[in-house]
Amino acid sequence: MRIMTKRSTWALPYAIFLVLFVALPLVIIILYAFQDTSGSFTLANFAKFLNDPDAIGTFALSLEVAIENTIICILLGYPAAWILANKKLNRSAVTIVLFIMPMWINALMRTLATAELFHVMGIQLGKGTLLVGMVYDYLPFMIYPIYNILNKMDKSYAEAASDLGATPWQVFWKVQVPLSMPGIMSGVMMVFMPTVSTFAISEFLTNNKIKLFGTIIQENINSSMWNYGAALSLVMLVIIGITSLLQDNKKDVSGGIV
Amino acid sequence: MKKFFAQCYIWLLLVILYAPIVFIGIFSFTESKVLGNWTGFSTKLYSNLFTGDMQGTGSLMSAIENTLLIALIAATVSTFLGTVAAIGIHNMRGRGKKAITFLNNIPMLNPDIITGVSLFLLFVFLHVSQGYVTVVLAHITFCTPYVVLSVLPKLTQMNPNIYEAALDLGATPFQALKKVLVPMLKPGMISGFILAFTMSLDDFAVTFFTRGTIGLDTLSTYIYTDARKGGLTPELRPLITLMFVGVLVLLIVINIRNIRNARKAEE
Repeated sequence: MRIMTKRSTWALPYAIFLVLFVALPLVIIILYAFQDTSGSFTLANFAKFLNDPDAIGTFALSLEVAIENTIICILLGYPAAWILANKKLNRSAVTIVLFIMPMWINALMRTLATAELFHVMGIQLGKGTLLVGMVYDYLPFMIYPIYNILNKMDKSYAEAASDLGATPWQVFWKVQVPLSMPGIMSGVMMVFMPTVSTFAISEFLTNNKIKLFGTIIQENINSSMWNYGAALSLVMLVIIGITSLLQDNKKDVSGGIV
Repeated sequence: MKKFFAQCYIWLLLVILYAPIVFIGIFSFTESKVLGNWTGFSTKLYSNLFTGDMQGTGSLMSAIENTLLIALIAATVSTFLGTVAAIGIHNMRGRGKKAITFLNNIPMLNPDIITGVSLFLLFVFLHVSQGYVTVVLAHITFCTPYVVLSVLPKLTQMNPNIYEAALDLGATPFQALKKVLVPMLKPGMISGFILAFTMSLDDFAVTFFTRGTIGLDTLSTYIYTDARKGGLTPELRPLITLMFVGVLVLLIVINIRNIRNARKAEE
């Protein structure tokens, strides 16, 4: 037992690392967000954000695009995951791999390919292509967690429900959907959060016509407006915090594919 | 009939999903500078890519090298740091364990841009000049949590008495570590390493914010700059194609056996 307790000190280097590279940077974001350029306390950065119609508009648009993208991904992804997990309808392991694979490819590369295809097809880049491109990018991240949970689901619940007289429609809404909720929630996290915070992807897909919130943060940081950039980052952190509170269970889907 | 419609839906989605990459793949076999303009079959772009012989874009080769080297260093350090940390965390109790698990989850939940901006501000705050080292440090920051989470389950499954037995039988703690602990944790360490490696390869935002102004490019930042300039480097087409095919083959080999075995076991 003595050795066991001693081994707990092995976490110490990593604990120090985490404090230095995870906790401290977040504290610094907060610090910068509430400071002006001379380093004294101010709320001006947040006032600037609230009084800037452009920034507010972009913020609203980012939320809107992220919500729309998430909903489209659920609507397209749930049936796909359901079919993939259903052994009567799909026996091919290749299709599963094909759906998972894009998760392993550099997102910028995939987005670039999509944007180029739109361009060559003569489709005007704008909000429409932004949404379609986002769905392209994030659909696999919705399908995979839902597929995982449906695959593990005990079939006898559905069978019991239909034995007890539920219609297939009732079985789906009252049994399958509630049981697959954790998968849907992980999917929502894996789609909504990256969409709301993206910056390069939106620039590619709209040819810089539409700015999302991430782009505004990046522009401010890059033009040395660190305090304002930090304040905007803090706003985004709050959004992310609220989203992750909606999901109480831990996601265990992060790349369990190897 | 139901099966027919189900299969149609699945394949229709796949065709739409893969259209852009197939398109890039097709046009990687022609020399035309402009995408979508077929000027006859040619493998010149591929040979250019391998010989590094392209006008003014030697930087693409160095971007590829940087990407691989950074991923290799970050994944190796993360695997080591994360495994040692996992052993420590596994043996911790109470508040300390909760705190470190909480901190460990933050980089995974944080969007890339927040991780990037926060580390950028940290380096500014500490007056550290940014470049290769800061990029590697940043990558280790977001890679290690995945290693910790890959190794921890292996520790939980492990019988702790085996390690104790090795010590009782006269092994030094180092021998017990090398001969008993590491072999048992190996599967977790390997999947942690692979995860860390791919996370690092994929990263754009964190690299973008922590690379400083010394002109360090990884593949992602190269693509970003290239696309913003307009006129995509033609050699990116074979590169994207090769990466897709490579990953596809790898995943099919790894997964098909797993999935088939799992299905057999179920039936």
